[in-house]
Amino acid sequence: MKKYITRRFLQLIPILFGITFLSFLLMNTGTADSIDVMENNTGGVMSEEEKDILRAELGLDKPLVQQYIIWLGKTVRGDMGESFVSGQPVSALFVSKLPATIGLMITSILLTVFLSVPLGILSAVRQNRITDYLIRFFSFIGNSLPNFFVSLLLIWFFSLKLKLLPVMGNNAGWKSVILPTLTLALSMASRYTRQVRATVLEELNKDYVQGARARGISEKRILYFSVLRASMLTIATLLALSIGSLLGGTAIVESIFMWDGVGKMAVDAITMRDYPVIQVYVIWMAVIYVCVNLFTDMIYHYLDPRIRLGREDG
Amino acid sequence: MREKQKMTVGKQRAAGDYIKIKMILFGTLAAGVILTAVFAPYLVPYDPYEQDLGNALLPPGGAHLLGTDRYGRDMLSRVIMGSRTTVFAALLLVAVITVIGSAAGILCGYYGGKLDAFLMRVSDIFLAFPGMVFAIAVASVMSGGILNAVIALACISWPKYARVARSQVLSIRNMPYMAAAKLSGSGTFKMICRHVVPNIAGPVIVTAVLDIGTMMMEIAGLSFLGLGAAPPTAEWGSMMSNGRSMLQTSPWVILAPGTAIFLTVVIFNLVGDTVRDLLDPRQKGR
Repeated sequence: MKKYITRRFLQLIPILFGITFLSFLLMNTGTADSIDVMENNTGGVMSEEEKDILRAELGLDKPLVQQYIIWLGKTVRGDMGESFVSGQPVSALFVSKLPATIGLMITSILLTVFLSVPLGILSAVRQNRITDYLIRFFSFIGNSLPNFFVSLLLIWFFSLKLKLLPVMGNNAGWKSVILPTLTLALSMASRYTRQVRATVLEELNKDYVQGARARGISEKRILYFSVLRASMLTIATLLALSIGSLLGGTAIVESIFMWDGVGKMAVDAITMRDYPVIQVYVIWMAVIYVCVNLFTDMIYHYLDPRIRLGREDG
Repeated sequence: MREKQKMTVGKQRAAGDYIKIKMILFGTLAAGVILTAVFAPYLVPYDPYEQDLGNALLPPGGAHLLGTDRYGRDMLSRVIMGSRTTVFAALLLVAVITVIGSAAGILCGYYGGKLDAFLMRVSDIFLAFPGMVFAIAVASVMSGGILNAVIALACISWPKYARVARSQVLSIRNMPYMAAAKLSGSGTFKMICRHVVPNIAGPVIVTAVLDIGTMMMEIAGLSFLGLGAAPPTAEWGSMMSNGRSMLQTSPWVILAPGTAIFLTVVIFNLVGDTVRDLLDPRQKGR
């Protein structure tokens, strides 16, 4: 186990370098020169000499790899530059917006689990019966609806027609969290229900289940004590893996619902071509995603007795 | 697995026929969508770009079956025209990532060694980004445009295909027929084209077809954020984005393109599921 953890951490290093280098490259070889963007956004007119001085000041005249190393050094120390638009340090901006996004993610994940796990299990137990078909039908529909369409449909129905919920913003207390959560959970739950179903089905088809049936153990007991216990690990891992799509999905949903999190921050930055803000968003989202995956892997390895007690090859 | 053993031969045959019928049905629907996209300019009842401010925001019915938008443009014509952008872009995207991703995967699996290690580390890095997040960044740097949206999504999606192709190549690399082909003097190019590609095509095609619907939604999503097709181009995502402020007064401006995306994605997802059942029966019902 210790060997495994060390190896996973070592594997993380090249990936983190890759993430930062790619993000750096992306923002520095873009079509627009960042000095020009700055000029446009501040509204001032700069002469070419002034621009050159500014470039030298920002180190933009040095070779790319050198620029990257300087930039990386700053990034590690938490200095990721200032927003072109507001002049605010982007790290502080990101940190101030993060709690709203994490809150939204937690409610969405909770709702997803709450919906998918029982439905997926039910669907597997009632395989090829009407309940199963209905659940699969709805998860298919949910899988085919883009989340921006879902959000607009929900706003139209609940906020404009029924006038039950606020249209947007995250300042109306618990009511404002319902629609964005519903949107995110709906698409996530549709995919996840299918995965839960597949996992439970696979477990149900294993030989020990038939053995237990032959010994006269009740179906309920088999399901709750053996099958679910055995499949929980896979189910939990799959949930962690679907967090990637959630991280991306929050951008669109936050900007539709005017939810003041990092996703909306990034979308707003796109229209202003505020590259440092987009950069901090991309890097941190990737880092969070990588960490979640690493964490899941480790928990998986820790919890699975086959791996913990047996082979170390993992 | 056990289910299958219980089946009699007759039932198995019936199940096979059922899948074929489904394939024909959904395939026809998908072909219909693609043909609509191809012949869109001849199918539209009105010019989708012609503004007629006197007839702005007409509700559905009458001369305009799906109503008109705020510039008085016919919604039905714009939805039909929009199928071009979205469907073509999605098909192009899937074609590009299938070819690039599988080529990388085949090279990795076939040659192994340093090239394999290098390409797999690169794909690890791309896989470390949450898909949409990276696509948003790429598209924003490249300043929008439907082609740039395709490039952005291609950047993030090829590793999946490389993984699938690589694992398939690894599983056939040591097969006797590969050794036989090599002994009989096949060169690398011939080996790959004649023996590797046909034998790994199944899973790659399944992945590709299953991806069409998702890619369509992601392209429309980028357009919705203003990173795909730019107005006035008729594209479903950007049409919905432009209609957002009119949700209360004239919901059809949103509902028409939204339903179009939904139905198209449903059709391509149905095709994807059926192709998977057809080519990869082990995964059936998943």
